[in-house]
Formats: sequence, structure tokens, C-alpha cells
Amino acid sequence: MLEFIKIILTPEFLFSVIRVMTPILFAALACMVFIKGGIDPIGIEGIMLLASMAGPVGGYYTNSVIGGILAAILISLLASLLFGYVTLKLKSIEILAGIALNTLASGLTIFIIYYVAGNKGSTQSLTSKVAPIIELKIIKNIPYIGKILSGHNILTYLGIILVFVLYYILYRTPLGLRIRSVGENSAAAESVGINVLKYKYITLIMAGTIAGLGGAYMSMGYVSFFSRGMIAGRGFIGMAAEAMGRGNPYGIFLSSALFGIADSLATQLQMLDFPSQLIQTIPYIITILGISIYSYRHKKVRKVI
Amino acid sequence: MMDDTLLEMKNISKIYDNGVFANDNISFIVKKGEIHALMGENGAGKSTLMKILFGIEDMNEGKIIFDGKDITNYTPQETIGIGVGMVHQHFMLVDSLKVYENVVLGMEPKKGIFTDRKKAKNLVNEISKKYNLNVDADEVIKNLSVGLKQKVELIKVLARDVKLLILDEPTAVLTPQETQELFDQLLLLKENGHTIIFISHKIKEVKQICDRVTVLRRGKLVGTIDIDKASEEDISRFMVGRDVILKVDKSIQNFKEIILSVKDLSVSNKSGIKLVDKVSFDVKRGQILGIAGVEGNGQNELVEAIFGLRDCSGTIEFNMKDISDKKIKDRREKGIAFIPEDRMATGLATKATVWENLVSNIIDSDIIKTNKLLNNNKIKEYSETLIENFNILCSSIDHEVNMLSGGNMQKIVVAREFSSNPDLLIANQPTRGIDVGANEFIWKKLVELRDQDKAIILVSADLNEILELSDSIIVMHNGEVVGSFVDSKKVDENELGMYMLGLKRD
Repeated sequence: MLEFIKIILTPEFLFSVIRVMTPILFAALACMVFIKGGIDPIGIEGIMLLASMAGPVGGYYTNSVIGGILAAILISLLASLLFGYVTLKLKSIEILAGIALNTLASGLTIFIIYYVAGNKGSTQSLTSKVAPIIELKIIKNIPYIGKILSGHNILTYLGIILVFVLYYILYRTPLGLRIRSVGENSAAAESVGINVLKYKYITLIMAGTIAGLGGAYMSMGYVSFFSRGMIAGRGFIGMAAEAMGRGNPYGIFLSSALFGIADSLATQLQMLDFPSQLIQTIPYIITILGISIYSYRHKKVRKVI
Repeated sequence: MMDDTLLEMKNISKIYDNGVFANDNISFIVKKGEIHALMGENGAGKSTLMKILFGIEDMNEGKIIFDGKDITNYTPQETIGIGVGMVHQHFMLVDSLKVYENVVLGMEPKKGIFTDRKKAKNLVNEISKKYNLNVDADEVIKNLSVGLKQKVELIKVLARDVKLLILDEPTAVLTPQETQELFDQLLLLKENGHTIIFISHKIKEVKQICDRVTVLRRGKLVGTIDIDKASEEDISRFMVGRDVILKVDKSIQNFKEIILSVKDLSVSNKSGIKLVDKVSFDVKRGQILGIAGVEGNGQNELVEAIFGLRDCSGTIEFNMKDISDKKIKDRREKGIAFIPEDRMATGLATKATVWENLVSNIIDSDIIKTNKLLNNNKIKEYSETLIENFNILCSSIDHEVNMLSGGNMQKIVVAREFSSNPDLLIANQPTRGIDVGANEFIWKKLVELRDQDKAIILVSADLNEILELSDSIIVMHNGEVVGSFVDSKKVDENELGMYMLGLKRD
């Protein structure tokens, strides 16, 4: 037990929490924007997978990191808008369109990397472009804390900045007010002359971009290549984190951190004498617990009203 | 003369795809600074007319002039832009947003890229103060009462500098005190030069605050009159006139023993408001009891409670036995049948086939089974008998119900409910929105059932139907029985209208 606490308190462990929570944070923030604008976020998994594939491939062709990230954003925008076209314009059921998008992504990514890299498993044969690591000047030298907070990928810092930026956009600007009103009661928004469809598409563009950054982080930061199915449920865990964070950016940051801790713990405990199959279930058990607690409290609140 | 005209709607006609005239050549004028009532029963065409004004609904013919401009082809956005605002019956508010957020939505004051929250709150407070509305700008909508929500809607419209304010049955959801408060505010608005269209079917309210009234009936314009030149009785006659299109032959009354006895039946909604208030009556074998009333005065809730679809207090005795705690299935087995008000929502499974709908009430019975399993041949035979007896036009019993016309759909409901040979049939709006042929057929079937010494409760918003079919009539207003007539021949539509509109009670 002592050994266990020792592990948790090491700066290396806390550093890895931040590293591991980054993709979940991006996924959860994207889900939050989708849900605020009244769009089902179920396709997030596929959108991120496509982006994580486009990152290294785009980086390879343009021979630049920026090129890779832009390619990731571009493809997730296209996927997000495709989802919007199919559901808003062609009136398909959101869940079905989302599942179709996820299935399409898992097949299409393999096809493209086979075409580009000649391998169905990963893009390791391509020269990899990785987003840069940032050392924070003053913080770096603070003992203990410096080791935890400094030296992360630039996308990680971007994700944390996004928490605040999105809070201000959603709760302090007319744009955010309109997105929220369209998502919650589109008839009311329409009755005051708001173009509902326009704000739905703005939602899709915002959420798509965030999801794209999350995908790019996976293959250009977390690791330096794309491998098949590498999102591995992080999009769905993001949905859970969004629900647990009650749709609030700050709450979402905390719930993403919780998932980060669970995930890192699983990795660390594998080095001790625990059965690894059991340990790998920890993040998912935390998900179920988190959602249950959230729903239970939510139900109580509803009863009081 | 033209100078004081704010809105003119000229020769408006709207025909729906199914051939129903929603508006038939309607013209009316709203003058600047008046409160103009638009009255008529449900389905008279008021809502359609307002939707046309807003550009939400197309019209087949007609012209709209607002403040000297032709706005016939304006979109809803453009109509809002020129100063027409509407407070809908179902509020258009976003529940999780604050009052000031709802008010400025779509016209947010800005400071840089951010919403200027101070300015937004000031706007709400200013209007709130000017018109005595007393709403807290920072409160979240879902915490507000219905009355306060309506005030937020008013502020929302006023913040947009409206010239013409339309209120769609604003008092339907309010308590009497809130209603009085609303009227004071509307009169204050009028003093400040606003023009108001007040949609209602409550004569007393219209008489209290309106200057002129335009009445619609069955999609047609009845006329526009000055309020101070008309008595309540005049307006009542205007509203509930009778258009006799159908007649029915029936034998003289021959009532037998009491079959249903309802005592002190009350129904409340979730917020505790009484929808039905201590209603008592008896129905006898061989009697058609008509329940008349303007829609929404508790008739629907009353009959749903009798059939077991709603919780209620009081006693319901059927064949001398209390059935108030029995399940719907038990009530059906005891001999009650029910034709619900809305055939699309509760009367039928519209995506199921004709035969599936026809057998849905006898699915547990052995008539259509062999060895506990459904028998297709028996089902076919059973369904085809009903189809023949009730003249249902359909090419196959395997067709989906929603492919049939409204009249044939209703005949399926009627056929199913008659098939159990009930002792008491509750028919809630049995002929609404169907063609004359089907209407006549259903009337004939109802009279036949009565002549077999069965009892029928008939709820209808159609006075002609009530007067033609009923042996006896009770009238409901605000959830109470305000009038009852053992012999329907002793009352005419004008008198019934006075009871229905709350101008008279026993």
C-alpha cells in the first residue's frame, strides 16, 4: 500500500496523468460543444480516428508539423459537416449516422494508411512529424511542480487554454448564447429570428476542430505514428467525461483529470503484482461509477423540482 | 380613415392539402392603438390566420398590408423586423437561460466580442419598471411560475419595439389574479400607443379590455363589431351560431335504468389546478348524453377519468358497482368502450395494419385464436366482417392504417369499439375532421346503439352534433357542470352558447 501511495505522489505519475488526460479532454470539450448546440456527439470516436490518421499522413506529404495538424483538422471538419449534412439536411437519425461514421472511419483509415505507408497496422514507416514539446520558462525551475507542469506537448497546453476560451465563448458571447438556445429550444430561437441551421453548422465546425486537435495529439504527441483503432474508446470516454462534468468546461476539465488518473494508475499498477486484466478495467469502472453518481444526483435534483 | 389603419388582411384564403378550408376569404382591419379581439372556437381558423400574417404558413390568396406597406410575401424574420411580435400560447423560452438572456436573444448588446450583460439587464429592468412587470433579470427561466414566464415573453416582445403585439390565448394558463394583472398591463401598453391583437374565446375578458372584436367560425369571417355596441349575448350568438349540414332521424326517448352514475368527480393536473371540479351526473340505458362546452373546459379530462386514463377523486358507479379503482382492461370487460379524441395519437397505431388495429381490443380473447396462438384465418374473417359492417374503404386488411383517409381511420376506431358490444360507449369528438359521408355513417351507428338500449356519452365541440344526437345535454365550463337539460329539445344553440361561454349557469 505504501508503495502504491509513493507511486501516485511521484511527479512522473502526475506528469503522465496530464499526458493521458489530454485526448480525453479534447474529446469531452468537443462533445460539450456538440451537445450545447443540440447535436448528438456519438460520432466523436470516428471523427478523432480520422484526424489521428490524417495527422502523420498530412505531415508526411507536407513535410511539416503544421501541415499535419491542419490535415487532421480539415478531415475532422469534413467528417463533422458530413454528419451534419446527413442528419440536418437529409434528416437521418443521429445515432445511426454516428455509428455509420465510426464504422466508416475504422475502415477508411486502414485503407488510406495501406495506400500511403504500405502497411495496414501503422504509419511507423513514414518519417514522423511530432508537435513540439514546450518547456515553461519560470515554472520549469520550481521544484516538484515544474516537473509535473512543464515539458508537455504544445497540444496539451492548447487543450487546457481551450477550457477557458470555450467557457467565455459559450457563456459570455452572443455566439455562445445563440448556440445554447438553438441546442435547447430551437423553436424559441427561431421565434426571435435566429437562423437555427446556421448555428448548428457553426457548432459542427467548432466541435469538429476541437475533435481534430484531439485526434492529432494521439498520433503527433502521445505517440509519433498512427496505428489502427488507436482512439480506442477515448471519444466515448470523452462523452462520459462531458456528462460527469455536467456540461461545464471547468467540470469537464476535472472529470477528464479523473479519467487521466484512472488510466495512469492502471499503467502503473501493472508494474506491481496485480493481475493486469483486472487493472485494465479500472478506467471503465470509474466511467460507470462516475456516470452513476452523476445520474443519481441529477435524479434527486429533478425530484426536488 | 386609412390613416388609423395599422394592419389590413384582405381576402385571405388558405386551403390545406386535404381540401379543408382553414381560412375562407377573410378580411379584417386592426386600427392603431386599439385592443382588437380575435375570437372563435378551436379550429375556427384563428391560428392559421396569425401564421399567415407571420409568413410561417403560405396562403392561396390574399393580401396583407402593415403600416402602409405590402408585406404579403414577407418571411417570419422580416415580419418580426417591421415590428410584429407574438406571445405564443406555448412559451418560446429557453429554460436553462436567465431572464435577461432570453430577452436579448437574437439582438444581444455587445461590448467587444462579449455580450454586454449590464446593458442587457438594464434593458430588462427598464421595461419591467415601465410596464409594472416585476421580473428579476437574473433569475433562471425554469424557476419561474407560469405567470412570470408570460411576463418574460411580454418583455421579450416589448424589447423589440413592437408596433403590433399578438397574444395567443394569454389567459388560458393564468390564475384569475394573474389574469387581472395581465389586463392592467395590457391597458398600460395601450396607453403607451401599442396596438394589440387579443386571441381568446372568453367573452367576459374580451368585453373587459377590447375595443373591437372580429369573430371567425369554421374558417369564415362572421364579422367585426365594436365592443361597446354589442352585449355579451350578441357576441355569444356571433360565436356559436349553428351551421346545419346534417340531420339524423331517431325515435323518441325511451330511457331505462341508470347504468353509469358519477358523483363528485374531480381531476387535477400536476400543479394542482382543478381541471374537473366535482362533477356529478347519471347516464341511463337508451340515452345519448351530450357533454357540450368550449374545448379545454374539462370535458376531455372527465371522460378520460371515467374510462380510467386519468387519476381522479369521487365515485364512478357502473351497473351499481364502484369501478373507480379498476384498471382500463377491467372497465372494458365490464362493458365500457371508448372512442378517444385524437385518433392519430391514441385511437390507432397508425403504422400498424388495419387488422392489427381492429383486433387490438380482443387480443386476449379466443375469438381469433386456436390453441392459444393467433389464427390468421380467424383474424381475416373477423376483420373482414367488421370492414363490411362499417363500410371501411381499404383494399387489403394488411395495409398500414395511415394510408387511409381520416374518415376511414375513424371508422376503424368506431368499428373496434362497437365490436365488443358495449353497454356504455364514450365517444369523444367522434366525427372531428372527417368527411360528411363518414360523419353521417357514424351518427347512424351511434343512434342504432342507443336504440338497442345501450348508453352513450357524447363529447363534442360541434354544437350541431350535440343538438342533433343528444337526448339530454350537460354543459361544462371551467371544469364544472354549469347547465343540464334532461330534454335536449328544450334548449337551442343560443342558450347553450351562453352556458358554454360562462355567461349563464343554473
